[in-house]
Amino acid sequence: MPNLYEQLGGDAAVDQAVEIFYRKVLTDDRISRFFDDVDMDTQIAKQKAFLTMAFGGPNHYSGLDMRQGHKHLVERGLTDEHVDAVIELLGESLQELNVPAELIAQVAAIAEGARKDVLNR
Amino acid sequence: MTEIIYHDAVYPLQPDETVLDALLRNGVDVPYACKTGVCQSCMMKAAAGEPPSSSQRGLKPTRRAQGYFLACQCKPDGRLIVGDAGEVIAARLMEKTPLNARVIRLRFEPESRVDWAAGQFVSLIRGDGESRSYSIASAPVRDGFIEMHVQRVEGGAISPWLHEEAEPGERIRLRGPYGDCFYLSGEPERPLLLACTGTGLAPIYGVLRDALALGHSGPIHLLHGGLDESGLYLVDELLDLAGRYSNLSYTRCVLNGASKPGLVVGDIGELLLQTAPSFSGWRVYLCGAPDLVRLMQKKVFLHGATSQDIHADAFIPKQV
Ligand SMILES: Cc1cc2nc3c(=O)[nH]c(=O)nc-3n(C[C@H](O)[C@H](O)[C@H](O)COP(=O)(O)OP(=O)(O)OC[C@H]3O[C@@H](n4cnc5c(N)ncnc54)[C@H](O)[C@@H]3O)c2cc1C
Ligand code: HEM
Repeated sequence: MPNLYEQLGGDAAVDQAVEIFYRKVLTDDRISRFFDDVDMDTQIAKQKAFLTMAFGGPNHYSGLDMRQGHKHLVERGLTDEHVDAVIELLGESLQELNVPAELIAQVAAIAEGARKDVLNR
Repeated sequence: MTEIIYHDAVYPLQPDETVLDALLRNGVDVPYACKTGVCQSCMMKAAAGEPPSSSQRGLKPTRRAQGYFLACQCKPDGRLIVGDAGEVIAARLMEKTPLNARVIRLRFEPESRVDWAAGQFVSLIRGDGESRSYSIASAPVRDGFIEMHVQRVEGGAISPWLHEEAEPGERIRLRGPYGDCFYLSGEPERPLLLACTGTGLAPIYGVLRDALALGHSGPIHLLHGGLDESGLYLVDELLDLAGRYSNLSYTRCVLNGASKPGLVVGDIGELLLQTAPSFSGWRVYLCGAPDLVRLMQKKVFLHGATSQDIHADAFIPKQV
């Protein structure tokens, strides 16, 4: 049985999803301010890291890394509603790519699992 | 036999071993970070041999075309000669010509053969070791010289020296090439958006001339922005090109001044979006002032261009 990452299409799926997801993130009034980083190439690399992780793919991030990686955002007001928004946009992006609902639910669950660390709770 | 050659030393690979792991196992100090193909810090270039396509995933087509690959993802099938990204050559200044009140054109003769592409950039290293990045406006292989357009920055270390002191015969070194602002042959029918400000025209002019020389058949939209008309240059030459190639349109954008045919007054970041309702399927090249380049990059992305198809060089001043 292929794992979730493989079922989603692995690397190629991440590349496709990032194009759609990052556009949504940049234009969503709830969260776009967290992504105002001027360097798009760096942001895209980070979006890919995020998607790879949410897809259950190979990554080396620990819970501690997630805490440190989002600490400056928590200081800028990152809360539950922003995590909700990210998970929502992620789901919408995967829907556009015709990913079956049960796989989307699995992806959402992985992202959900990072909530406490992301919010530094 | 699977092996890699790096700086003239041969490193046999163990079964299933990556190029990065083999180098690290042998005590070779190469940069790397995530080891999962995400951060791209371990990027290398194949001088001979084919890196497997799985080691080029996530790299832009321009990079892939040049043989760049990620060492941490690379398990070669045969022999691969690998190198760091970049080489150093000596070059001699051949001529220096003013292009407008603040921009000069420099042409250098390379003392060794280079296969650098028009639009890439190099680090220009003066005798005392001081260096700055400049973009290549010529096609070094076809033209036989390396052309740069340099704007004078008041109080700067290198640009005023190039303007006032460096004379034909001066020898400098060039390290490079870097960047992926260069024309890709293949798919000659795709529309091209070439937008630049100031000496951002240097790489854009290189890309444009390459595109025309290689028979690009799709529409090419060139936009050159400046504060006012005096900040533009090569106007007659570009008007002439636009007259000769029916697929080329050339628009000058100035913030201050009066509009006339071919010259519009306004913000290039806004005018850019009037080029097409969507940039889906376009290849986009953006060069010049960092803030504008980043702004335009975001705009064309949100208007349909994929991130892989946007090639941007922001002329960021060196942090000194
Ligand atoms: C990828 C890349 C490609 C480049 N290509 C070109 C090119 O083709 N042509 C070209 O002319 N330049 C190009 N540049 C810019 C170039 O590398 C130098 O930054 C520029 O020539 C100034 O160098 P300098 O030594 O004269 O000034 P520096 O000694 O570096 O700077 C002196 C002072 O001026 C400030 N400064 C630097 N640049 C500017 C500016 N534009 N406006 C206002 N203040 C400034 C600095 O912050 C510093 O305080 C490129 C830069 C990059 C990163
Ligand atoms: C829901 C679970 C989330 C996961 C699993 C996650 C995962 C990640 C990962 C893996 C990175 C890359 C870290 C790095 O290499 O630097 C990252 C960076 C980032 N994340 Fe998240 N993230 C989540 C939620 C959020 C939310 C809700 C926001 C804001 C609305 C956010 C904003 C950012 C930003 C701005 C960066 C880049 C930080 C920087 O500037 O370095 N993330 N995230």
